[in-house]
Formats: sequence, structure tokens, C-alpha cells
Amino acid sequence: MSDVLTAPRSRRNIELVLLLLALVVAIGANFLANLGRNEPLGDYFWSQALTLGLMSLFLHIVLRFRAKYADPVILPIVTALNGIGLAMIHRLDLSAVSVNPDFTPVAPQQVMWTAVAIGAAAILLLVFRDHRILRRFTYTSLIVSAVLLLLPLMPPPLGLEINGARIWISVGFGTFQPGEIAKITLAIFFAGYLSTNRDLILLAGKKIGPLQLPRFRDLAPMAAAWVVSIGVLIFQRDLGSSILFFGLFMVMIYVATSRVSWVLIGLAMIAGGVFVALELFSHVALRFDSWINAFDPDVYNRSPGGSGQVVQGLFGLADGGLLGTGLGGGRPDLVTYANSDMIIAALGEELGLIGVVAIVMLYVILVSRGIRAALGTKDGFGKLLACGLSFTIALQCFVVIGGITRLIPLTGLTTPFMSAGGSSLLANWLIVALLLLISETARRPVTSTPMKNSFPEPVGVTGKISRTREAREGNR
Amino acid sequence: MNQAIRGAWVVAVTMFALVLGSLTYVQFFQAAELTANPWNNRQLYQDFGRQRGAILVDGRAVAQSVPSNDQFNYQRVYGEPERYAHLTGFYSLSIGSTQLEDAESEILAGTSSSLFYDRVVSLFSGAEPGGASVELTIDPQLQQLASDLIPEGQRGSIVVMEPSTGKILAMVSKPTYDPNLLSGHDTSIVAENLAALTEQPGLSVYTNPATESLIAPGSVFKLIDAAAALESGEYDAESEIPNPPALEFPGIEYTLPNFVSGGCASRATADLEFALEQSCNTAFAQIALDLGEEALRKQAERFGFGEELSIPTRVLASIFPTDLTDPELAQSAVGQFDTRVTPLQMAMVAAAIANDGEQMKPQLVSSIRAADLELIDSPQPETLRQSVSRETADQLTQWMVNVVDNGTAAGAQVAGVKVAGKTGTAEVTDSGDNAWFTGFAPADDPQVAISIVMENVDIPTGQQLTSPSAKRLIEAVLNR
Repeated sequence: MSDVLTAPRSRRNIELVLLLLALVVAIGANFLANLGRNEPLGDYFWSQALTLGLMSLFLHIVLRFRAKYADPVILPIVTALNGIGLAMIHRLDLSAVSVNPDFTPVAPQQVMWTAVAIGAAAILLLVFRDHRILRRFTYTSLIVSAVLLLLPLMPPPLGLEINGARIWISVGFGTFQPGEIAKITLAIFFAGYLSTNRDLILLAGKKIGPLQLPRFRDLAPMAAAWVVSIGVLIFQRDLGSSILFFGLFMVMIYVATSRVSWVLIGLAMIAGGVFVALELFSHVALRFDSWINAFDPDVYNRSPGGSGQVVQGLFGLADGGLLGTGLGGGRPDLVTYANSDMIIAALGEELGLIGVVAIVMLYVILVSRGIRAALGTKDGFGKLLACGLSFTIALQCFVVIGGITRLIPLTGLTTPFMSAGGSSLLANWLIVALLLLISETARRPVTSTPMKNSFPEPVGVTGKISRTREAREGNR
Repeated sequence: MNQAIRGAWVVAVTMFALVLGSLTYVQFFQAAELTANPWNNRQLYQDFGRQRGAILVDGRAVAQSVPSNDQFNYQRVYGEPERYAHLTGFYSLSIGSTQLEDAESEILAGTSSSLFYDRVVSLFSGAEPGGASVELTIDPQLQQLASDLIPEGQRGSIVVMEPSTGKILAMVSKPTYDPNLLSGHDTSIVAENLAALTEQPGLSVYTNPATESLIAPGSVFKLIDAAAALESGEYDAESEIPNPPALEFPGIEYTLPNFVSGGCASRATADLEFALEQSCNTAFAQIALDLGEEALRKQAERFGFGEELSIPTRVLASIFPTDLTDPELAQSAVGQFDTRVTPLQMAMVAAAIANDGEQMKPQLVSSIRAADLELIDSPQPETLRQSVSRETADQLTQWMVNVVDNGTAAGAQVAGVKVAGKTGTAEVTDSGDNAWFTGFAPADDPQVAISIVMENVDIPTGQQLTSPSAKRLIEAVLNR
């Protein structure tokens, strides 16, 4: 399916060129933010430039040694996104400090997290030479996911409730959202479970008309995913994460089975969940109300749960218009959570429609490269993992930007790589490391050393059936 | 499996297409509507966050924007606030802006179309388009002197103009206030300050009394009667007018008297020179009754009555009443009844007579400079109209010099200089009168026209605060 006819090339030099370009964009954005706010280039500017530059070049060198054939576009894109995010967070710091000199800047912490996240991605690349090792941890991942999701519900001082959501835990130096990491471990579990059991799920079950219905007991993993999502919604009061978890599972089960019936069942379950949530939880109902009736004065002024945030974000976007106000020239600080949940509104205001479309296009390319890796790799586990993780990024962008532009109700989610928040940044860089690993196996020439493939598919009944099915699909 | 992966990719790209569509909708198609939304205070924040141009007097800023440590970035600050409050007005977040801050708002903000070129340049250079600065015609020493000449607690205005150009050299009113109290960004403090200022008697922070308060002119209006008489051709320097101690009207119990202790009583008939010199009510009332209401109003309008001006701040139209009975016409002709003028209007009358009858438009702004100091505009002297003929102007000047030399305005005499003037006292309440002086100097080469009004004073105080003040101002102008 991905037999390389031309001589395989590592493309690491192209990556280096693109990476330098990305650093020019990222550091240039920070420079312009300082310029726009009439601030001299302080320590922050140099620490941002050095941290982002050195860490991303370090990861590039790690790739040269450990994943020579990895996709060359992924690293430059996420470096650019991360850098633009840092510039906007810093620019919002400058506004906040000018109003309140005691304000603690967010950007230095985000720079530190950037270093930690890229470092963690490098470690992951160094420890796991091949993503298929992760398949061994299928059930471990399930347990880890459960622990991570339960941690925030522990009583204080461990679990923390911030703005009504219980998704944080306190770690020595700050707060952390274990749910962000759970996104990855759950993806590993789903990928491992589905790649092992897909044939059983596929072959059993009644067929009604064009729909092949799954057996009831095969619905168990889907039910588990539903329980996790609804659990997150109920106990952690986090609508965004529950949508994300469920979306992740839906796409993976669809890819594993190629069955539309599963998607329909999934959508039905989501609809049911949303209906129940609307009936039971005021915070979900309020979000829907703020979406539909955003410009109703009562809804606008309601606190909490009013539409003020989304409407102010819309004003910002409108103010930016086509060309934007320029970094430092707008008033994105008027929007609450401008540096985290609403960072796209801030970027849209200052960089304009043109700038924000460019950013969205970076995500499109990133997701497409991830999906390309899923297509290219030969193992089902890798396909599921790469596709699931890539789709998660797309879904997250959709939920965030759709919420900000009032396409869908606003939910509190971070914009990958850009929003202030260490856990999200760490998780997304780990996802990048995994996508790079998978793309490496997808693009690495296998013809030269046939014995190198030291991780054979598990043998046994399932394996046999799997091959038969692959062959059958191939014949079609 | 790959088919499904491609399916997932299509779904992902569809989601991206949807958000790109909604971003385009919000930022392009819906943008104008969102910008116009009344909850959208970004325009306000933008206006207040901009470095607004300064208002300058002789190169010194009496109003300027300085960087502030709050979310507006800039704070409007007024230097010498109380002396210039009525000219600059204030620039307030919660209660709007007034006077020059309002009238020149687009220039100061840099959004005026005359600054379009600078905006285009800054679009490419990336520099923030700063507002243009407005330089006033005011002479700071004269402004200070005029301010010092109105005692604290006295309600009054002084306007000093250059007759040949219409430039306003000084314009002061009291009671005054500190516009800094109203330009703060804390709206609750501004509301408190406004409430405190509103309680001060005689003070309105929204208006400039010199241009927006309409006051009974009393006898200074007789200059207009005299002008009307001369222009009608029915009167000249030789005309003798009956000058009884009091004018009676048939059928009603009203009489219009001359001032009891004045010099009018010494003559039973008067020529215009004497009538002006001693300010004889009955003589002028009879001229008015003879010429008629229409002739008087025509002359008043030729001096600028009935017309609003923007200099560029607003000047209210002065009023000569209509549909008058004989007693009302007689009263109106001596500046009583419903005749009302702004202090600036009387300066304009004096300036027109001084300038050979040619009335110049009063101007408060001498130049406008862009943020890079490039000259954008410098208003040229502008003729409003010919108020009276040159001959009439000469005759009136001669008579007004006589008023200062021998008559009621003797306090305005300046050694070695011919001063032309006319006083007035308008009876408005039982507790006090409005004391006026209007005039110009030197009579043969006029450089300054002055209008002074002190409201609600007793007669001796009024005399003290008008003609002698005019003398101080004339000396200051001639010695500068």
C-alpha cells in the first residue's frame, strides 16, 4: 500500500529549513507584539526565542538520529503554532500588567512548559523507537486513564475545583489537568483493543437491511467510552473534554470497523447524553441558552453562564476584520480568558481573518500529515492511533473555533499548542512525538533489512482472520 | 481500513471548512453589524486608548494625553485647568466631551478626513496614527490677566479680540472648574465630581458662558441703536433728539426713565454724541420708536444677531425680540426686555466698528498640526459681513472715544491712547445688575476689541470691574 518506488529520502534538511522559517514566524510574532505595545525587548523575548529555538532544534536533531524518515512538516508546524501562542500570551500579559502592575505574567510559565513539553516529546522519541511497543500497554493504558480521570475528583488538596469544573489537580508548583494526558492513554487503549478485537466485532452480529448491527456484548467498549464521557461531564463538569473523548472513540471505532452503523449508534448515544445533560445540568443548559440567545440582554448580562464572553469575542473578531489590528493594536484583553479558551478570538482580532485562516490552515496540514501517517503505516494499531490522535486535534479546533464564532455552543477547551496551559501543551507535544514515530514507520524503507521488523502481529486465530480479511478487502 | 481513514480525514477537513466559513462570516460579513452593536464599546476604548492630539496655547499644552497605567493606555490631562476649562471643555468617558474637545474631536483623534494621508502613511509604516494638535489664538498672558480681573465668586466673562482678523486673544469666564475632575476613567468618581460641580451656583460645566450664555446687554445695545440711526439716513451728528427725564406711554402706567443720578438730566434735547456719552435711555427709546422694530433688528442682524457660529465651538445666536409693543420696543432698544446677547457678540460689535464696519469671523484656532508637526490647516481671517458703512463706523468711533474721554466709561482711559468704549447696566434682578463694557483701542488704529460683563453686581462694583479692567487689558495688549 505504500511501497516506495523512488529512493527513500529522510527529508530532514527540508524539515530544518521549514523549522527555521517557523522560528522566524514565531519569534517575529513576539517581536511585533513588543513593538505593537511599545515595549522594549526584555528578558522574556530572549528567553522565548532561545527556549523555542533551542528545544525545537534539539528535537530536530533527535529526529535525525532516532526517526530519520519521520514526516518533515509536523515539527515546523507545531513549533510555529506554539510560538504564535506564546507571542499572544505575552502580548496579553503586557496589557494586563499595564492595568494591574501586580499581575503575574503567564508567558514565562508557558515558556517553561514549552521546554518541558518538547523535552518530554524528545524523551518519548528516545525511549520508544517504535510505536508498536505501546500496544503492549493496552490495558495498562486503560487503568492509567481511569486513574488520571479520577484524580481531580479526589478531595482537596489534590483535586481542585476552578470555575465550577473539577478537572485540575494540584502539583507542587501549580495545577495540572490529568484529562489532557488521559486523552492519549485512552487513544492507546482504544487503538490496542480495537486492533486486536476488530475482527470479532466485525464478523458477529445481525444484519438488518444495509446495516450490520454489532452484537450486544461488542457494544461494551462503546458503552465504556460513553460512560467515561458522561462521567467527565457529570463529575468534572467539563463538556468540552467529554465531547473530545467520545469523538476520539467514535472515529477509532469507525476506522477499525468501517461501519457507518457504529457511527449512527454513537451519534444516537451522544444525542441521548446531550438530552440528559440538558435536562439535568444547569451549566450545560446555560451554555445552550448562551449560544442560541447570545444577544438577549438578560443572557448577555447573566453571571455566571452569560453570553458576555462569546459576544465580546465576536466583537473582537469583527474589530479585527480582514486585516486585523496588528499585534498589540487591538483590545483582545477585553475578552475573558483571552489567553486560553478564547485565544483564537484574540488572534483573529489582531491578525485579522487572513491571519487566523493561515493558522487554521496550519492545523489542516498538521491533521492531514497525521492522517497520512495513518494511511502509510502498515499496522492496524498505528493506523488507529495516528488517525485517532489527528482527528482529536481537528475535533478540538472545531469545538473551540466553532464555539468562539457561535457555530456551536461555547465549551471550555484549549486550542492545541497555542492556549496558555501546561498540561494541554505537554499532551499535544506528546501526541506530536507519537505522530512522528508512526510517520517514521510509515515512511521508513523496509526493503533493505527485512529482518528489522521485529514486532510481528500477534499470531493466533485473530491474526489469521485479520489477514484473510485484509486479503479480501484487497481483492475488492 | 484505509478507506475509513480517508473518511475520517474528509470529516476533519469538513470541520475545518465549517470553522473557516464561520470565521469568514463573523469577521467579514457580520463585522459591520457587530461593530455597530451598542454593547460593543471597543470604539470607545479605541478612542480613549488613542494618543489624542494636544490643545496648545503659545506652544504649551493646555490639554494633552499622557500614558496611563490602566486599560485605556492614555489619560487626558489639563494644564492650567481652571483658566482654560471653558475653552478646552473636557473629554470624559462617561459624560461625553464638550467645547474644543468636542468640536475638534476628529482632528484631535486623528480620524478627520483632512488627516487621511497621514493615516495611509501610518498604515504602511505601522506607526500608530496619532491625533493632530490644535493651536489656539489665545495669548496666554492676556488670558491670565483676564482671568485675574474677574474676582473669585463673581460671575462674569471677558472676551478680547483682534478686530482686523477676528482672532480671540482671551476668553475667560467665572466661576470655572477643573476639567481634570471629569476626565478620569473611574466613572463613579467622575459622577461624584460632576454632582459636586453642579451644586456650585452659576456654574455649568457643559457650556462656555462667553459664547453660550445669553445676557441682557443694557446700554451697550445703544451702539446698535446709534448705528441704525446713522445707517437709516434720518439721523446725523447734528440731529437733536428729545431727552425727557422719563418717557411715558399713552394708556399704560409704564414709564421709561433716564438714569436718575446721571448727566442726562442736564439737557432737554440731546444729540447722539451726548446721548451716548451719558447713556440717555429716553433719547434712544425715541429713536427706536421712530425707526421701528424692523430697522433695529436689521441692524442687529448686520452685527451678527440671530445667527449661530462655530468658532469652531458653538456660539449661540444673540436675540433681538419680535412683535413688540411700543413700550417693549423702547425697552428692547436700551438692552432690556427680551434682548439677549452673548459676551462674544458684544466683542464682535465693537470689533466691527473698530474694523471700519467690516465684521471678521471670530476664531479660536490658529493652526492644526499632524502628529509629525506637519501643518494641516491654518484658518485665514474671514469676513462675515459689512455691519455698517465706513462713515458710520468712523462716526461711532468718534462718539465712543468721547464716552471714554468725557462720559460713563472714563475708567477705561489709557494715557496717550485714544480708547473707544461704551458701558452698560442691565437691570435683571432686585439684587443686582449686569455691568458691561465694550470697546476697542487705539481708536485710530484698533488692535484690540473688548467685551466685559459682570453679572448680578451692585452699580459701584460693576463700574469697578468693567472699565478699569478694560484699561488693564488695553495696556497689556499695547505693551506686549
